[in-house]
Amino acid sequence: MKIDTSQSLDFKPLNFGRWVVWGFTAALFMLLPAYFNKGFALTLLSQMGITIIFALSYNMLLGQSGMLSFGHAVYSGLGAFFAIHAMRWIGAGTLAWPTSLLPLIGGAAGAVFGVIFGYLTTRRAGTPFAMITLGIGEMVFAASLMFPGFFGGEGGITADRASGAPFLGVPAITFGPQIQVYYLIAAWCFACMIAMYALTQTPLGRIANAVRDNPERAEFIGYNTQRVRWLMLILSSFFAGVAGGLSAINFEIVSAENVSAIRSGGVLLAAFIGGVAFFFGPILGAVVFILFAVTLSEYTKAWQLYLGVFFVLLVMYAPGGLSSLILMNLRVMKFRKFARLRDSYFGLLMAALALTFGTVLLIELMYHVTLNVGQGPEVRLFGLPFDTTRAPGWVFAGSLLAAAAVAFEFYRRGFKRQWDAVQVEIEDSIRDNA
Amino acid sequence: MAATISQALYGISYGLLLFMLAAGLTLIFSMMGVLNFAHASFYMLGAYVAYQISTWIGFWAALVLAPLVLFVLGAAVERWGLRRVHKWGHVPELLFTFGVSYIIVELVQVIWGRAAVPYRVPPELDGPVDWLQRFDITFPEYRMFMMAVAIAMLVAIWLLLTRTRIGLVIQAALTHPQQVEALGHNVPRVFMLVFGGGCALAGLAGVVGGNAFVTEPAMAGTVGAIVFVVIVVGGMGSLAGAFIAALAIGLLESFGKVSDWSFAKLANALGLAVDAATPGYEVLRLTLAQVAPVLPYLVLVLILIVRPKGLLGTRED
Repeated sequence: MKIDTSQSLDFKPLNFGRWVVWGFTAALFMLLPAYFNKGFALTLLSQMGITIIFALSYNMLLGQSGMLSFGHAVYSGLGAFFAIHAMRWIGAGTLAWPTSLLPLIGGAAGAVFGVIFGYLTTRRAGTPFAMITLGIGEMVFAASLMFPGFFGGEGGITADRASGAPFLGVPAITFGPQIQVYYLIAAWCFACMIAMYALTQTPLGRIANAVRDNPERAEFIGYNTQRVRWLMLILSSFFAGVAGGLSAINFEIVSAENVSAIRSGGVLLAAFIGGVAFFFGPILGAVVFILFAVTLSEYTKAWQLYLGVFFVLLVMYAPGGLSSLILMNLRVMKFRKFARLRDSYFGLLMAALALTFGTVLLIELMYHVTLNVGQGPEVRLFGLPFDTTRAPGWVFAGSLLAAAAVAFEFYRRGFKRQWDAVQVEIEDSIRDNA
Repeated sequence: MAATISQALYGISYGLLLFMLAAGLTLIFSMMGVLNFAHASFYMLGAYVAYQISTWIGFWAALVLAPLVLFVLGAAVERWGLRRVHKWGHVPELLFTFGVSYIIVELVQVIWGRAAVPYRVPPELDGPVDWLQRFDITFPEYRMFMMAVAIAMLVAIWLLLTRTRIGLVIQAALTHPQQVEALGHNVPRVFMLVFGGGCALAGLAGVVGGNAFVTEPAMAGTVGAIVFVVIVVGGMGSLAGAFIAALAIGLLESFGKVSDWSFAKLANALGLAVDAATPGYEVLRLTLAQVAPVLPYLVLVLILIVRPKGLLGTRED
């Protein structure tokens, strides 16, 4: 048998592909405001940058170390609180610290709490870890309402980000305008992305994967799995704290909501939607999540319902998230079998579109009935007038939903058959060539 | 003295309610290895369904029907949702139930609105317990009823698990699913029944808890985290441990809520001068009543330091 050494010896002094990818990312970060320069688009981009750091730091736990945390907002939230207090001190002149490095304070605070809480939470792995993180999260949230001096009670803590010394002495850069904040976030986001990617290549990152996959074996080769989980949690809390510090700069307000279970759940959704198996998954997830949370919430009050349904569908049919969907389809294309799937893909997508449309109509009608009672029975959805007191609207939505469901199920079955056949063929040909 | 007894009764009744939730959760967890994140959401749904039924045909019908509705719902979620995800392991299962909890909360808001609904105690049980009043103890009749329901449920589960055929199959499937399957039992169906049963228990807790407390969309969140604390403190998969932990946390809550004890007060009683000038006064001056919401989580932290397995736990994860 021929021994294949090319897999284990992987030494490339200059990894060209990697330079291209990171260079492209940096260019994208620089050029995006050229097109999205409106106020709303810019705040959207800023929030995406923050969420990318947060979701990537979350994935250091879930994707890389196999720790499902329901309390990650504790670290970003506490980091944000320390950062905003530091910002107030800067404004008051009691602290000489550049505003651009405030996220570092947030990160340090996050890491310190990672040391404290992580010691407790990482004593257990698996499901108990998930429950304990939830408990710690609830504890911090309850405590945050108990100490109004530090947490600002219901109203939160506010500060002025432009009150610090200008960046590098250039008087125009005060971080007052949103565009300057965007570039600060982009710079931090880029740096954190590189740092977190580099971490996956270190021995610690690799052993974290081993602890995720087989803790028993990791212990047999002499690693303390609890120590590894703890270290990863501390590092992850640092980056979460950085994200918190950036959000303090971006919003100029931090309240108890920042440490709440809603935030913790949100980052879990973001990371999972993107896919936890690949490094770039949470980046994609953060972008999609912010689109849901910020853009969709402008149009409908039921956005969390749609997000929840989307999430459950992903868990059920594509547990690898969007990134795995993309890579699976790329693999099909690479093996030149995509043409066979195209027709059923088209039918499936059309049926899915109709299904979504029907579901949304029905939910919006119901929402209008229960929540917007005072606004009268008329409502415009997708530019069409509906009257919730009369039957036609309901019949239309209901029958559209039923018809689309039948069509969808029909196409789904055909598609699944073809998809499975194609996957088997691809795996066979990979095995034959190996 | 009378006040203490009444406080203890409040604590026990709350603890028993927590146990009703923890029992279903523990049952599902120890059988299927699935931590049902949506358990508290099913509790909330139970309260809402009971409210709806009670407006149509009254509370007593709701007491029977709402758990049945929840049983069907839970079984459906297992049959068409969880079973698909099962092959991908425990983390996707947990995430699936997490997503379901998201959806349930939102659906409840779509159907019943965002404000609390007027789900009230039935008039037959409205008022204090008469025979306790003779000892100057004021305790609502409904709370007494709640305790009775919880204990009846506890006995019923115990009888079902130890004295019936299906109970024996469930117990066997707990530890040796393959063996049970080889003997010709339909294990996936047993799982479906257990999941539905656990949800029905949560629903029952919702029926009796919804009107004792407030029936609102936030009720799942308030109780969900505490129930998790209960089963971690009691030991994962241990019903007896969950029982002890639930009662302990119930008592802690009810006594903590009315106590004005604080570190500052204790220090002053011991002759140390602690006032606003002392460093850390913000923490020292907090009374037990003010920190009551945090107490269950502090218990959790303490247990994790002293005994990571939980009180009666045997398994590591």
